[in-house]
Amino acid sequence: MSAAWLWGSVAFWLTAWAVNVRLAARARGGGARVAIPLLFGAAVIVLWEGLVRGLGVPQVILPPPSAIAATMAANPAILWGDFVQTIVYGGLTGYAIGCGAAILVALAIDRSPFLTRGLLPVGNFVAALPIVGIAPIMVMWFGFGWQSKAAVVCAMVFFPVLVNTVAGLAAAERMQRDLMRTWGAGYGQTLVKLRLPAAMPFVFNGLKIATTLALIGAIVAEFFGSPTRGMGFRISTAVGSLALPMVWAQIAVAALAGTAFYGLVAAVERRVTFWHPSQRGRT
Amino acid sequence: MPRAARGCRMRSVLPVLTVLAAILAVWYAATIPMNARLVDGQAARAGVTLTFSERAARSMSLTRPVLPAPHQVAQALWQGIAAEPVSSKRSLVYHAIVTVEATFAGFVLGALVGIALALGIVYVRVLDLTVMPWAVISQTIPIVALAPMIVLLANATGIGDRLGVENRLVSKTLIAAYLSFFPVLVGMVKGLRAPDAMQLDLLRTWNASGWQSFAKLRLPASVPYLFASLKVAIAAALVGAIVGELPTGAVDGLGARMLVASQFGQPLLMWAALFAAAGVAGVLILAVGGLQRAVDRAMGVRG
Repeated sequence: MSAAWLWGSVAFWLTAWAVNVRLAARARGGGARVAIPLLFGAAVIVLWEGLVRGLGVPQVILPPPSAIAATMAANPAILWGDFVQTIVYGGLTGYAIGCGAAILVALAIDRSPFLTRGLLPVGNFVAALPIVGIAPIMVMWFGFGWQSKAAVVCAMVFFPVLVNTVAGLAAAERMQRDLMRTWGAGYGQTLVKLRLPAAMPFVFNGLKIATTLALIGAIVAEFFGSPTRGMGFRISTAVGSLALPMVWAQIAVAALAGTAFYGLVAAVERRVTFWHPSQRGRT
Repeated sequence: MPRAARGCRMRSVLPVLTVLAAILAVWYAATIPMNARLVDGQAARAGVTLTFSERAARSMSLTRPVLPAPHQVAQALWQGIAAEPVSSKRSLVYHAIVTVEATFAGFVLGALVGIALALGIVYVRVLDLTVMPWAVISQTIPIVALAPMIVLLANATGIGDRLGVENRLVSKTLIAAYLSFFPVLVGMVKGLRAPDAMQLDLLRTWNASGWQSFAKLRLPASVPYLFASLKVAIAAALVGAIVGELPTGAVDGLGARMLVASQFGQPLLMWAALFAAAGVAGVLILAVGGLQRAVDRAMGVRG
């Protein structure tokens, strides 16, 4: 029985790979771009299931995908509660505040070349620092609730978005600005009609980097203290009691939420910056 | 260094110093309202009323402040670096070395994986179509969710013992590598594809083999992209190593130092560890930048 699982899954994986090779060699359309990665993902899951069952890997090391799916189906309330606590309250609130503040600050300092020259190197440096480290300080300041998580996320996303927005506001060319001036456009009009649209590819670059940071910040901050719900809390307690399918279920939720969040921002980007060369021809 | 770049750098020194001075001033000013409750409590217990200057002085010399003053952090940092022997567990240098070890191992592993995958993606079409989307998805997964799992796996399989290193180092290394492979992958793919069709055609007219066009055109063209992404990768690896220390019950390393300091209510130690981590990040990025300049010079790039 276990040998059947093992060899069956390996055979499935090899077949899927062969199909992918043929698809990649022939197909040029958009269908293959979706089908090939999907088939690859499915093959990996089947291989995982087969290897775990076939080799008799104990569940405390690596549970099979079917056990993880069963756990997810059995505990929707817990998973949903943790998701809301960590991602919606901690992550999204912090993301919105941090990105909003960063864009406003970028607009404010953009009016002074002196400040821009001073803040840009500092911001670039701070963006590279391990800002997750402020998590214990934020927990000390704002308590165990979601507010401290939102504060960590806010600080983590602020600098990447700030640096990208400042760079984006400088992206409009001199000629274009001169043209706006010959039309008698004021600061506000130039900003709204030329410079903000020209900055959008840069802003979205920052916003996309920030999506991943937001989830990392929200989960890490829970390791420093949290109420008795939340994904970071659940993961650390479930690992402690060796309830591995629960841990993997949380990871699956985190992965789905992260991918969906990123996909959402990328979709908005496509709508907003449809004119940019990197988006053209990707209908 | 080109003269224009140096001029540009000189011109931004004054603004940068101004911004830093402003940050310090705001920080000092913020200590008074942030610590007000503690200071008032002490004064009430002692039964004295404080003038403004007394209040300011007390706000900046608490042993367990809500927000320590910059000079207190500097003092704690100095104490952690210089006052203890490096072998002592109270020395920040000791903890920094532990973290940097994992950072470095993870960075090297991540960079190698990233370069290997990039080579596969550029030369094998099916890999381009399968690996690239999953590499993007892998980065949207908050790795820290996986950190406790990786620790458990490393402990359960005893992989570290077999390799002759600590299990904890293995898990931190894996997390650091996971965070650092992606920027290298993306940068390297961009770099290897940077030569345009004209240049590739030229090599073909010279009857260059596939290996020759790789070694003489694609590889040199990718070097600037590689180093730009290596700088991102080493910073990401440091984040990974620090995060990897949090859920692992580690007692050594800057991340563990922060966790312990937060649990025992020692904000000064927490801030010192945070700034030590920031300093380590700066040194690592500068080191990669130095390596880049050395490679540039060896390859004959003229500024």
